[in-house]
Amino acid sequence: MKDVLLPVAHVFALVIMVFAVTMLAPLILAVWGLDAALWSFVISALATFVIGALLWVGTRRFRRELKTRDGLLLVALTWVALPAVAGFPLWSYLPINFTDAYFEAASGLTTTGGTVLSGLEYLPQSINLWRHLLSWVGGMGIIVLAVAILPMLGVGGMQIYRAEMPGPMKDSKLTPRIGQTAKLLWAVYAGLTAACIISLKLAGMNWFDAVCAGFSALSLGGFSTYDASIGHFKSLPIELVLTLFEILAAINFATHFLAWSQRGIRAYLRDAEAKAILGVLACSCIGIAAFLVFKGTYPDFPSALRAAVFNVVSIATDSGLHTQDYSKWPIFAPMWMVFLSCITASSGSTGGGIKMIRTLVLAKQANRELNMLVHPNMVRPLKVGGAIIANRVVFAVLAFVFLYFMSIVTLVFVQLASGLDFMTALSAILACINNAGPGMGMVGPASNYGVLSNFQTWVCSAAMLLGRLEVFTILVLFTPTLWRK
Amino acid sequence: MKIIILGAGQVGRTAAYHLSREEANDVTVIDVNEDILRDLQDRLDIRTVTGNAASPRILEAAGIAGTDILVALTNSDEVNMLACHLAWTLYRTPKKIARIRSADYTGRERLFGETGLAVDVWISPEQLVTEYVARLIQYPGALQVLDFADGRVRLVGLRALQGGPLVGQALRTLREHIPSADARVAAIYRSGKSVKPEGTTVIEDGDEVFFLAARKDIRSVMRELRREEAPVRRVVIAGGGNIGFRLASELEAKNQVKLIERDGKRARRVSEQLTSTTVLHGDAADEELLLEENIDSADVFAALTNSEEANILSAMLAKRLGAHKVMALINKPSYAELIESGSIDIAISPQTITIGSLLAHVRHGDVVRVHSLRRGAAEALEVIVHGDADSSKVIGRRIEDIVLPMGTTLGAVVRGEEVIIAHHDIAVQPDDHLILFLTDRRHLEAVEKLFQGSASFL
Repeated sequence: MKDVLLPVAHVFALVIMVFAVTMLAPLILAVWGLDAALWSFVISALATFVIGALLWVGTRRFRRELKTRDGLLLVALTWVALPAVAGFPLWSYLPINFTDAYFEAASGLTTTGGTVLSGLEYLPQSINLWRHLLSWVGGMGIIVLAVAILPMLGVGGMQIYRAEMPGPMKDSKLTPRIGQTAKLLWAVYAGLTAACIISLKLAGMNWFDAVCAGFSALSLGGFSTYDASIGHFKSLPIELVLTLFEILAAINFATHFLAWSQRGIRAYLRDAEAKAILGVLACSCIGIAAFLVFKGTYPDFPSALRAAVFNVVSIATDSGLHTQDYSKWPIFAPMWMVFLSCITASSGSTGGGIKMIRTLVLAKQANRELNMLVHPNMVRPLKVGGAIIANRVVFAVLAFVFLYFMSIVTLVFVQLASGLDFMTALSAILACINNAGPGMGMVGPASNYGVLSNFQTWVCSAAMLLGRLEVFTILVLFTPTLWRK
Repeated sequence: MKIIILGAGQVGRTAAYHLSREEANDVTVIDVNEDILRDLQDRLDIRTVTGNAASPRILEAAGIAGTDILVALTNSDEVNMLACHLAWTLYRTPKKIARIRSADYTGRERLFGETGLAVDVWISPEQLVTEYVARLIQYPGALQVLDFADGRVRLVGLRALQGGPLVGQALRTLREHIPSADARVAAIYRSGKSVKPEGTTVIEDGDEVFFLAARKDIRSVMRELRREEAPVRRVVIAGGGNIGFRLASELEAKNQVKLIERDGKRARRVSEQLTSTTVLHGDAADEELLLEENIDSADVFAALTNSEEANILSAMLAKRLGAHKVMALINKPSYAELIESGSIDIAISPQTITIGSLLAHVRHGDVVRVHSLRRGAAEALEVIVHGDADSSKVIGRRIEDIVLPMGTTLGAVVRGEEVIIAHHDIAVQPDDHLILFLTDRRHLEAVEKLFQGSASFL
């Protein structure tokens, strides 16, 4: 085990040191605003860097090139261990225990957006920036970022990239070099984020809120600087801007890059996932709006549509920002939203869930099976958007969805056993594993995850990590062969 | 540099490996076999595209528009030539290298160039391997013989053995031993590790020594390092394929050559085209056939079929039956390592031989020849220096004043027709060809920078 872990730990140490640098952003804000969390950040940044440096020096002897399983291990290790480090500033400043600090940091990094904190508007700005920055960095992937800036990870980078990027088909690269691909993806991500922040500022937010909300929207995180989330602003332009950018963030970033480099929308038209996402969202928004009017929740269609569009898009894309306490809506609406959160986001986006491509593959496979019953001799390849999907991919998708489903069932049972009510347990696990954010019942939009016991909070943290790394990468840690020499 | 490689066969894969491990290269590989590509992409940092290599649509998908070098290495000459021509006609790709086996094409110079097919450089792995084996046969005792400056200088690798006058002596004494010839020891490997060759270094029995010398001096230097072996007379070749056949036709004038071919029809075809070679129809691993043909009196047995396992086995058998020296063509680097320490004298790796001629085209600076050595860990380069004392870091300086990166030896300077072995007091002049030996190719970039000169010569 030592021979497997230590060479990976050596590279992981570098990731930690790079990560320490990101703590400088809230630190600078804290210096500038002279806020109370300044020392927490100074100590945390130093401690993180020193831990990284010590680990790096200590494991220097074991330095070697990474192999396939090292890549998996590096990604899993990074995601499991980094929330502990990222939780430092929160833990040292806020009156919360380590469990909650880990949950909050994991919720940020995995772009879940569920919080254990309340009174968000009274927190120091540096703490709020740190929470949102975690979301933003986690959105495109810590390791993808590391691959972009540390050329030494180029060796074996493909495995690492594959372990972290969501979606079933990850063999196509934008450029021959993995490092360049990672840089391009980050460039698109940063560019869209900047556009979102400026739009929000123009829509009436102050700079600080705009930056935080921009980070939340593009990473499909869901953290907010207010307890009432976006409902605090009561502004239609802000809601429209955020809705637009959430939809963009739920589309494959490779498609954005292609559209940008071709200077046209052809790339979107050819992306079967993007089209399906837009279709599902449009139907759901209009349907739920009509349903809410019919049920009398809202007096007229325009106000129902406004509430439905923002909240449905936000939950379906796994962002988790909200303007209404939708858990009070008739049960069909919030349940449909939670269902959408499982399937809507695109592969290669910052959203969670099983991803639209897998939904499409499963639907087409089901259709193929049905047709086979009628025409037993039929030969028909499985096509999505004109591209043939290899059977190998179909099998991988089936295995993935099974594991995803079993993870949900298992974790819900664990939560039930720990004493949680059914609605809270189910919605909390779904919201966490899909990286959506708020659930229903005790963890609905109007309250937060602070009500859970320590044990229940850890289970939710585990669900977030499982969901973000698409189950396999975490579960592989529990396969004995990984640890054998 | 942006590079597209067509074909993921043996040569294509090796090229992808060597080219992609240089940080500056963006490599895309095109092949029809998706499985091979997936496996390749798992191991190398490259992009892969599945499809027909000579299809403009596939080339576009691989990003031909901005590509600097197209390397066509599929197993079809026609596909390779067509792909190069397409790339030039449609996308003006600056450099196009094609693997062309058939002498039917390569024999006609007017076929390529301005008015013909747009292939800038053609390489024929079979031809390169044949020449390589022929040089080894020319210098018995050598493990490797590599040409620089059109053969005026050669790099010879051999194992020093007790009995050579220089073994057990310091390198410095080389000049006293052979005052008439001049040579420079470029590298010494002792039980797999590189030893820096200095004046005081003592050569031990079993060291693997690489030296550079003018062609005429090679024999006398080799004689210093191991007892001279008698020139090769009798050669037995196993396998009448492309390489075996070419080698036989090259050697048959001076040597007594026997060629064993398994396939009756092929044996007949080969025998029709060869003059004095004895072509035998049979299995090279057939003990009785080998004994009947007096394998024990063969000076060299070369197993050159396209099956490396068969090559290894028949070479081992020939060695046991008394062949003086046996060689086997082996593709897998891991096999080569296993074998050379055992009963087979020389493992010939076609990829290592071929890759050098590709590498020369992707290097910065005016690199005319690259030889990959020791399974890609070391490299020998021939660089032409341009410019003047102001623009270049080496011109006008004496060799002792040039700071070379770690593990790099400057072995020889070729000035016009003259070969000058690099001694510390020689000053480098413009347009000199310098022959360098790098024991660690990780310092390659530093070497490239040193000889590239200032930015104006990029």
